[in-house]
Amino acid sequence: MKVKENIAISDNGFVFNPTTGDSFTLNNTGKEILLLIKGGKSMGEIKTTLLSSYDMDETTLDRYLLDFVSELRFNNLIDE
Amino acid sequence: MEKRVFERPTITKLSPGLPSKHGVGTAIAPMPFVEGLKVDELIEKYGSPLFILSESVMRKNVEDVNRAFKVRYPKFQLAWSYKTNYLDAVCRVFHQEGSWAEVVSGFEYDKARRNGIPGEHIIFNGPGKKAKELAKAASEGAYIHIDHFDELYLLADVCQKQNLEARVAIRVNMDVGIYPKWDRFGFNYENGEAWDAINRIMANPKLKLMGLHTHIGTYIMTADAYKIAATKLSDLASNIAHKFNHNIAYIDMGGGFASRNTLRGAYLSGEDTTPSFDEYADAITSAIINSQIKPDKLPTIILETGRALIDDAGHIAGTVIANKRLSDGRRATIIDVGVNMLFTSFWYDHKINPTQNHSGLVEETIIYGPLCMNIDVIRPSLMFPPLKVGEHFIISRTGAYNNTQWMQFITTRPNIILIDKNRETHIVRKAETLDDIVANEEIPEHLK
Repeated sequence: MKVKENIAISDNGFVFNPTTGDSFTLNNTGKEILLLIKGGKSMGEIKTTLLSSYDMDETTLDRYLLDFVSELRFNNLIDE
Repeated sequence: MEKRVFERPTITKLSPGLPSKHGVGTAIAPMPFVEGLKVDELIEKYGSPLFILSESVMRKNVEDVNRAFKVRYPKFQLAWSYKTNYLDAVCRVFHQEGSWAEVVSGFEYDKARRNGIPGEHIIFNGPGKKAKELAKAASEGAYIHIDHFDELYLLADVCQKQNLEARVAIRVNMDVGIYPKWDRFGFNYENGEAWDAINRIMANPKLKLMGLHTHIGTYIMTADAYKIAATKLSDLASNIAHKFNHNIAYIDMGGGFASRNTLRGAYLSGEDTTPSFDEYADAITSAIINSQIKPDKLPTIILETGRALIDDAGHIAGTVIANKRLSDGRRATIIDVGVNMLFTSFWYDHKINPTQNHSGLVEETIIYGPLCMNIDVIRPSLMFPPLKVGEHFIISRTGAYNNTQWMQFITTRPNIILIDKNRETHIVRKAETLDDIVANEEIPEHLK
């Protein structure tokens, strides 16, 4: 899973896809996850990172992570 | 290092160039407290969902409407509209504040009597009164508002046979320049039917014409409609005085004042468009004072407004059950409050706030109730923060009609609590149990 090559992500959570012209905003958690994906981390690594810094159990995190990734996919921002 | 609070990750597509339909910010502030009490703690104590009523807000609303009328007009009387919310505790708050009872059925009449209201402080409206109910109301001196000629004949017959006298008024419907025109209740003004009914009542020695009543509609957003209605009723009153040398005791302007809820599909928020009590009061009192009625014969103004007095005194707090994605990518949040208990979500875009802080980012969300029914939609579309499962929210302005029009359907109904002036909480209706629901059922022998 990786973020499509030409996607731009700004420091304050603004995302631009030059291929489609779509732009998006991310909340802080969303931005952190997208940057981890962009940094080449696997889902397992992302989970470990988030669990170490957030007060959150693994099942719930799994659930929200899956939902978020499906949205990224829906919006054509990631490749499998 | 202390761990950070996790917020659901969200991504929101931006649509530049599209104007916002509402033209207002989409920020949704958290609402952790009601009347100074923590919503989360109330839920923990009384369960979720939970109806919360504020006694102070009810009393304050009564004070406001009383002030608006009494500074403009010498005689004013409120009558609490039972159908709006007939929980005994609620009725008793309004009765303590001096309200009479306005009832529309034998059941509501008995409820008002049970709450200690004497017959002569009950206004009996409605198109479906039965002979037995009419006899009881007449014998107890209630004001019976006649809805149609068949009821007039029925009441005359009851009074004749039981040798009773009844204090009556007629309900008058009329064109007040608004749509929809409510003409199914009462006698029409424009076609002369109301005048005809008045003449028949005046000719019957058993019926004492005490007043005139109208109820022009519900959720009336313009005070001018009341001015037209009050003018027409005043004309009738002065015609009665002229022809029969009889001065009616009151003009009952019904209810229908809007609350500050936003009607579904409305362009602007109800908070911006709802007229104040002062605007309604000004329209009604000026029409009556400027009419042909002599100043020393001015009738009492009776008002039966319910929604505007109780809507903002009620809230329902609840819990997020689940989040899901719909096929078009939109988020759906399922909550434990369904249309079975929040009936008004069919009419209103209810205001919903989370009880906890969030980052401020919102995404388009559909809010569904927990019922296994397609119609169970609390908000078809709103910008809402990403609440997690188990987090709480509070829906505002739910005091009117929900505790009367709700239905026991699929689930049982929850606790209702009242927060009193000292911020003490009291259960005023216990959550239903399976036993409550089946109490009236009977099983035939062959099915046992």
